[in-house]
Amino acid sequence: MKRTINLIVNEESWPVEVEAGDTLLDVLRTRVGVKSPKVGCERGDCGACTVLMDGQTVRSCLVLAVEAEGHRITTVEGLSKEGLTPLQQAFIRQNSFQCGFCAPGIVLAATELLARNEHPSEDQIKEALAGNLCRCTGYQPIIEAILEVSRGGDEDDV
Amino acid sequence: MAFAHQFEYVRPGDLQGAVEILSQAGHRAQVLAGGTDLIPWIGEELLSPEVLVDIKEIEGLAGIAQGDRQIRIGARVTFSELIDSQLIRQRFPLVFEMALAVASPGIRNRATLAGNICSAVPSCDSGPVLLVHQAEVLVQGTSGERKIPMKDWFVGPRETALQAGELVTGVHLPVPEGKGDGCYVKLGRYRGEDLAQASMAALVLPDDRWRIAFGAVAPTPVRASRIEAFISGNKITDEVLAEARKLIPREIAPITDIRATRRYRLHMVQVMLERGLRATQSRRETGSPPYGMKLI
Repeated sequence: MKRTINLIVNEESWPVEVEAGDTLLDVLRTRVGVKSPKVGCERGDCGACTVLMDGQTVRSCLVLAVEAEGHRITTVEGLSKEGLTPLQQAFIRQNSFQCGFCAPGIVLAATELLARNEHPSEDQIKEALAGNLCRCTGYQPIIEAILEVSRGGDEDDV
Repeated sequence: MAFAHQFEYVRPGDLQGAVEILSQAGHRAQVLAGGTDLIPWIGEELLSPEVLVDIKEIEGLAGIAQGDRQIRIGARVTFSELIDSQLIRQRFPLVFEMALAVASPGIRNRATLAGNICSAVPSCDSGPVLLVHQAEVLVQGTSGERKIPMKDWFVGPRETALQAGELVTGVHLPVPEGKGDGCYVKLGRYRGEDLAQASMAALVLPDDRWRIAFGAVAPTPVRASRIEAFISGNKITDEVLAEARKLIPREIAPITDIRATRRYRLHMVQVMLERGLRATQSRRETGSPPYGMKLI
């Protein structure tokens, strides 16, 4: 039942041997060694396992590794290869995260939003983050950081 | 975490191949599209298929195609694709509004309209909207294609008219004659992944005929034919709404479950009916409130 598939993770090719029932989340963490996607609810409710698949957010706990064959998977490790993105820098400036468990998912959800819409409104930001739960912050510093990028990235405006 | 239950995974490249596998495997197979219901259901051991048939590489199941009198939404089409489609937004704004109410972007990027009605949970967002649009489900079996009218599709909670070995290839939506306006009202505990505690879809046609359906308040999504008959041809006034509200207990049979009590659902459906009908009337007369705005 095992088969070898080729996963493309952060622009690197990863031949991995998987069972049909192995989730993408499991394979990323235990085989590829990418630890930013977190194991949360494992039923698509919390958003902690979010990764980008061909630029779109997906819940890696709901995707089988075999389904991801041939698609580009991006995690925060891949986003920050050339240094932190303006969005990540804004999250730091706004002290957006505390424990950080939700952070990778939220960084990717906001990255997808900003790629589609450079200047999202507060309502659009809330809608984009609706599937990413955070137990620490009350969301406000997260939204502030994305708004800062939306307004043009000048922290003096905030 | 890998699943305790093991299964085979196949990814046929064409429709014929998929139907052959499904007809041979029968109940032992499950069709995999977005997987946002199927994968957690396998994880929770609600389902234990021996083979998953992934349909995402079957070319003929992709895309939204416009015909003269209907559009065809392929079985691979996700809620995100519906939201991004200008055709859907312009001709079927009610479908656009419903798609926006489904979970969150990370789910909508994978979850499909066809998968939503195949899962057939009583709270599925597509159900009430496809009922008022009088959609047809396109089904392929080894002996050919058949069309199942939406009113015959839902049989019970998680049960549909689809038979073992058959594959849903898409959904036909008849293009309404003239401009129809509508609304989808979804009550949930919070915005995000939450399923509906109750939902309502309304569609008013140019000749003042109304179609109304409810979700999450009966074993399946249901049309409300008594309310439709009563309000059709009437203006939406306080008096008409008061009478329409009285018909609600005859249309729905809500239960108490983890998301809401029966009593709360019965009460809120009255509020939703009133707001939904007023919003639809207003959209028709003034174009406002815009589609996609939360109505409750």
